[in-house]
Amino acid sequence: MGFIWFWLVALMIVAYVVLDGFDIGVGILHPFLARTEEERQISVRTIGPVWDGNEVWLIAAGGTLFFAFPLLYASAFSGFYLALMIVLWLLIMRALGIELRMHMEIRVWRAFFDGVFFISSLLLAVLYGAALANVIRGVPLGEDGYFFLPLWTNWRIGPEPGILDWYTVIGGVLALVALALHGALYLAVKTEANLQLRARSAAMYLSVALLGLTVVSLPATIAARRDGLDNYWAHPLAFVVPALVFGALVGIMVFSRKQDDRKAFACSCMYLAMMLVGAAVALYPRLLPSSSDSANDITIQKALSGPHTLHVGLVWWAFGMALAIMYFVIVYRMFRGKVSLEHGGYGH
Amino acid sequence: MTALLLHRIHFGFTITYHYLFPQLTVGLALLIVVLKSIALRNQDERYNQAARFWARIFAINFLLGVVTGIPMEFQFGTNWSQFARVTGGVIGQPLAMEGVFSFFLESAFLGLFLFGERRLSPLAHWASAFLVFLGSWISGYFIIVSNAWMQHPVAYRVLPNGQYEVTSFWGLLTNPWALIQYAHNMSGAVITGAFAMCAVGAFYVLEDRFSESGKIFLRVGVVAGVIACIAQIFPTGDMQGKYMAKHQSAAVAAMEGLFHTERGAGIVLLGQPNEQKQTIDNPLVVNDVLSFLIYGTPKAVVEGLDRVPRDQWPEPLPLLYYAYHIMAGLGTYFALLMAVAAFLLWRGKLFATRWALWPLMLSFPLPYIANTAGWMTAEIGRQPWVVYGLIRTSAGYSKNVSAGNGLFTLLGFMGMYSALSILFVILVYHIIANGPERAASAQVAEPFTVA
Ligand code: HDD
Ligand code: HEM
Ligand code: HEM
Repeated sequence: MGFIWFWLVALMIVAYVVLDGFDIGVGILHPFLARTEEERQISVRTIGPVWDGNEVWLIAAGGTLFFAFPLLYASAFSGFYLALMIVLWLLIMRALGIELRMHMEIRVWRAFFDGVFFISSLLLAVLYGAALANVIRGVPLGEDGYFFLPLWTNWRIGPEPGILDWYTVIGGVLALVALALHGALYLAVKTEANLQLRARSAAMYLSVALLGLTVVSLPATIAARRDGLDNYWAHPLAFVVPALVFGALVGIMVFSRKQDDRKAFACSCMYLAMMLVGAAVALYPRLLPSSSDSANDITIQKALSGPHTLHVGLVWWAFGMALAIMYFVIVYRMFRGKVSLEHGGYGH
Repeated sequence: MTALLLHRIHFGFTITYHYLFPQLTVGLALLIVVLKSIALRNQDERYNQAARFWARIFAINFLLGVVTGIPMEFQFGTNWSQFARVTGGVIGQPLAMEGVFSFFLESAFLGLFLFGERRLSPLAHWASAFLVFLGSWISGYFIIVSNAWMQHPVAYRVLPNGQYEVTSFWGLLTNPWALIQYAHNMSGAVITGAFAMCAVGAFYVLEDRFSESGKIFLRVGVVAGVIACIAQIFPTGDMQGKYMAKHQSAAVAAMEGLFHTERGAGIVLLGQPNEQKQTIDNPLVVNDVLSFLIYGTPKAVVEGLDRVPRDQWPEPLPLLYYAYHIMAGLGTYFALLMAVAAFLLWRGKLFATRWALWPLMLSFPLPYIANTAGWMTAEIGRQPWVVYGLIRTSAGYSKNVSAGNGLFTLLGFMGMYSALSILFVILVYHIIANGPERAASAQVAEPFTVA
């Protein structure tokens, strides 16, 4: 049961990052790529009908975490209190940025909400990356299973870490570049003409940067967590995951060069998914490791809910996911194709 | 301020603000389905136009419901971690189901409803409105199931590690408290929707602008309103009170301001509770009525606060008392107003009766107050327990989050939500000033991309 729910939650987080990731990426890039009002409208409209559904994966993953691993939910959410609250504020700002710009035909109003959309997306990407890095590095868990992290302390991975230190900042920058790239490829798929060309060339630069950062992140991770590779040595087959990470990166570069935007975007989805799976493999069976004493690690076994909850949960979860996937298929089919401003925006 | 108090205010403030938006969307979702059904059945384009107008108001409210709802999902962990840790196996379940079964549904079909009208057949468009309605009403159910379990825990056992677990999932979902609470709460949301619709309708008719649409709004709003206002008092409010008297007698005593156990207890219509002297100042009491309302006979004994150990009195008691009285007082007013309006509508005189249109226009804020007061009643009445009779509120909050950090984020939310309120007023004003007819002729320049 623990094994199943660990991977189900991981799957939901992957779905969230892959789907909402391109919303964030569009937010980060649109001030640079969209030069005219029309282009700005188009780029926001590429995500208009889907961003909220994408965000629901976060809510659903949070809820699932809550009932399957209540200890983890309680400990991590209160321990990362400040960072999480900031994420919540940014999510509010992001939603306003996307939704409110079109309400008034006032240039200042639109520019303001474009700015809100940009800043909130940028900071969200950094914080998500830092969050994942925090989980890998570990947190100062007490014997009671709780901790509290300030936003930063001395920027070192010591006995008193903060949410931001040199390692988690690398994670943040990596996420920023990865999600921006993801957004660029999505824009290349969904738009035409100048916007598409600029998105493609941004993707070229970003993919080189991402390759560099991914290479740097490996030794950094080993410095931050010595036993990070133990699971891999124990099950060498797992090295497939990092191999796929690099494969996906190469794929992004090759397909971008060939201007095959859809395949490049698919590779980018693969990259994000495999980075997360790679982290999950390294952690298993820990959910949140302690940065000092491994006896305090929050493990699957410690955090798992009661058996009846989990059994019932499995039944409705499977059913609910089937429905959710069906809705996503309907919506993405309805809004498939390139975005333009005529005919209400979608389809050719 | 202690950390405990701050966490209580933090949760209370953010949830109260959140609920301002869903109560309207839950009510409007139903009313929009009604409008769409009439349009479909009578092939009447005016009703489609009305539905489109309310869809725009709906979209703004939905957006604010979404952005203020997400913090709620996380606050069980951030501010109530000790509580979340032991009860996650029970209340985490309906919360997760809310996301999986209703938010996915709503977010998908709202997009189709808002901009699919020209691409979908009329029937398919009606269906997308219906699915949005279904999503929001399912969401309400799961949230109420979580809350009802905190009010009246059923179907649980305690595991060796101190965590609570559901013994019967079906038992959790059919908690009698949840069924009653759901009926009362959803009817309260329909009241909010109906009053909003009536207010805009009355405004258009009084102003003599868009008055054709205004009359449609009034017709639908008054009919829905009169049904919901009566249902709010009887049977649902009445059942809430009776069920509470059985299971949360301390809360009922505090709500009613009944300090001493009495045979033939009277109902306090007005007066201020005085906790030191344990009396009601300036009381206006009708004898025997409380006994009758709860037990159906005027001479029954009603337990007062003297039967409750002092450390189990709900806190803050006067707020609970006022909240309850405000709710019940407004409920009486709503039922009277809507009954009069319905009578005038039936006689065909409503649109010309200015003395009835004015209160219909001005009353739209009151259901918000009544709903908030109702939740205050429920949530303060539950004190000092976070799970009634099982877990004290003081044992539920996040001990590792200091008061300073709690205050910081509380102020942050207050600032953020002030800005949201200003934006909300501007946007809704804009929609109402532009009127329903423009929304149709401009064929919606797709201002709403909310999906
Ligand atoms: C338009 C709003 C509205 C109106 C007019 C009323 N209520 Fe109400 N009431 C609510 C809106 C509401 C609510 C917001 O929906 C609550 C909060 C929790 C819940 O389930 O419903 C509630 C709760 C609530 C509770 C507490 C339940 C609990 O602790 O779980 C009681 C005893 C009543 N109501 C009783 C009444 C009575 C006797 C009314 C008669 C006039 C009345 N309400 C009118
Ligand atoms: C939308 C309407 C709601 C409103 C207006 C509301 C209001 C409040 C208020 C005012 C408090 C603070 C109570 C106090 O400290 O005295 C509170 C506490 C709380 N409420 Fe609610 N509530 C609502 C719905 C819910 C629901 C649906 C749930 C559960 C699913 C819930 C769970 C809690 C929890 C966990 C606390 C903190 C613990 C406590 O103080 O007892 N609330 N709420
Ligand atoms: C503690 C209690 C609550 C939590 C945790 C909560 C959680 C949420 C979340 C996460 C969302 C955003 C959904 C999205 O992205 O689509 C939301 C919106 C919503 N909430 Fe709440 N909520 C609470 C209280 C309530 C109550 C009491 C109701 C009413 C019965 C309610 C009804 C809704 C509805 C209908 C929406 C959809 C958005 C809308 O129509 O405005 N919520 N809520």
